Amino acid sequence: MGKATVIPFGPQHPVLPEPLHLDLVVEDEKVIEAIPQIGFVHRGLEKLVETRDYNQFIYVAERICGICAFGHSLGYAETVESLMGVEVPERAEYLRGIWHELSRIHSHILWLGLAADAFGFESLFMHCWRLRERVLSIFEATTGGRVIFSVVKVGGVTRDISADQFAEIKMTLEGIKDEYRQIVNTFMKDTSVKNRTVGVGYLSTEAALNASMVGPFARASNVPYDVRSLGRGAYGKLSDFQPIVDTQGDCYARVKVRANEVLQSIDIIEELIAGIPTGDISVPVKGSPAAGAQASNVVEQPRGECYYFARGNGTKYLDRMRMRTPTSQNLAGMVKALEGCELSDVNMIILTIDPCISCTER
Amino acid sequence: MSFASKSPWVIHYDASSCNGCDIEVLATLCPGFDAERFGVINTGNPKHADIFLVTGSVNERNIKVIQEIYDQMLEPKVVVACGICACSGGIFHDCYNVLGGVDKAIPVDVYAPGCAIRPETIIDAVVEAVGVLEEKARAMKEKEQGE
Repeated sequence: MGKATVIPFGPQHPVLPEPLHLDLVVEDEKVIEAIPQIGFVHRGLEKLVETRDYNQFIYVAERICGICAFGHSLGYAETVESLMGVEVPERAEYLRGIWHELSRIHSHILWLGLAADAFGFESLFMHCWRLRERVLSIFEATTGGRVIFSVVKVGGVTRDISADQFAEIKMTLEGIKDEYRQIVNTFMKDTSVKNRTVGVGYLSTEAALNASMVGPFARASNVPYDVRSLGRGAYGKLSDFQPIVDTQGDCYARVKVRANEVLQSIDIIEELIAGIPTGDISVPVKGSPAAGAQASNVVEQPRGECYYFARGNGTKYLDRMRMRTPTSQNLAGMVKALEGCELSDVNMIILTIDPCISCTER
Repeated sequence: MSFASKSPWVIHYDASSCNGCDIEVLATLCPGFDAERFGVINTGNPKHADIFLVTGSVNERNIKVIQEIYDQMLEPKVVVACGICACSGGIFHDCYNVLGGVDKAIPVDVYAPGCAIRPETIIDAVVEAVGVLEEKARAMKEKEQGE
């Protein structure tokens, strides 16, 4: 055994699009401990709730994170709606569900690309992002934005999707499926990819539960927990929903879980489009949350369960708004998975938790 | 500018952006917008880079990181502030941990607003940055010859 050395990793690192700093304590080529340091993206936006009223804050909530932007605006709107006892029209719930699943597809394909980039397979990275552009074109056609949509408001949504656009969405998703299967085939069967993922960063079911991990990271370690199976909003109308799990608990399993979730999301969108009712897309919301009223809410973001808490104070400004994001849960699991790994596998393991630092630090 | 005299290599750092601009910077380099056809390559090494794309505003923790990356880049170098947060702080301008735009930390040559910034704007900004880069290179050369 060699002497322990500390290697700094990040905050500016080619593999990380976001700033995360890790002190890797290594002995020879083995990582014995990883000490994360965060705070590079902290803006303090939870406090903005005191100066922006509950309708304005939805635009701030959306900008917690640009990848799960829709999920955050949805989670915030649902929390304030339950705080004020607002019933959302059914069509708005369906539309929210459709956009939410579309953002999951875009987020997972983006992640697959970044994972390919992490093990140096650049053409695969490019192929993933090329496919993702087609999902973004759906967003652009239906909301006007590519990454930040601003379509959710307290009491419903601001835009409707026409029948023509639904037909186009279905056609685009059908068109994506074939090419997507080919890309996933490379991830699952290619030897050079498997060499980097199989058996790397193993985490057992017990360890995943002990570290309270959420999302695809936990599901890859055989923890069948998915907020969507609670059947809230449009998800309650689905004929069947089973969380996708895997038992292997390594990087390969995490790739597999996310890859399958994209196909599952496409099926969900098709089912929602088939069953969408006609009617209003929003209800007028008047008044302000009562003093001391509290509400909490969970939403399944692309990266896992996100928890929201809000408290009113009788004015149109909220007293407190709090989020607990999936990555802040998963960082503990990541540090555990990093212990004992090879130095060259570090970037792969960090990437497979799909870290979203701007969610975590807000 | 009729043609670029060199292929500009870019380095990207996420200061305290919400990721929206980051993924648009990456999307610009990927098929669809394909800035690589202009010779733009994303590099992780500040010493290889000509153009510094910063997304997000400056805060207490990352101001040193931004200055460090800027110092490590070789002259001539150009800084592009990508997105409204990098230009002025944007929607987060009155957050307690936000000092303001990137120009609080390092000199900025090109401002490219947008929330989130659109890939077309990034391509525009990079083309403008190449012009500034050539200008700076010429000034450096003239100074050397003058000595």
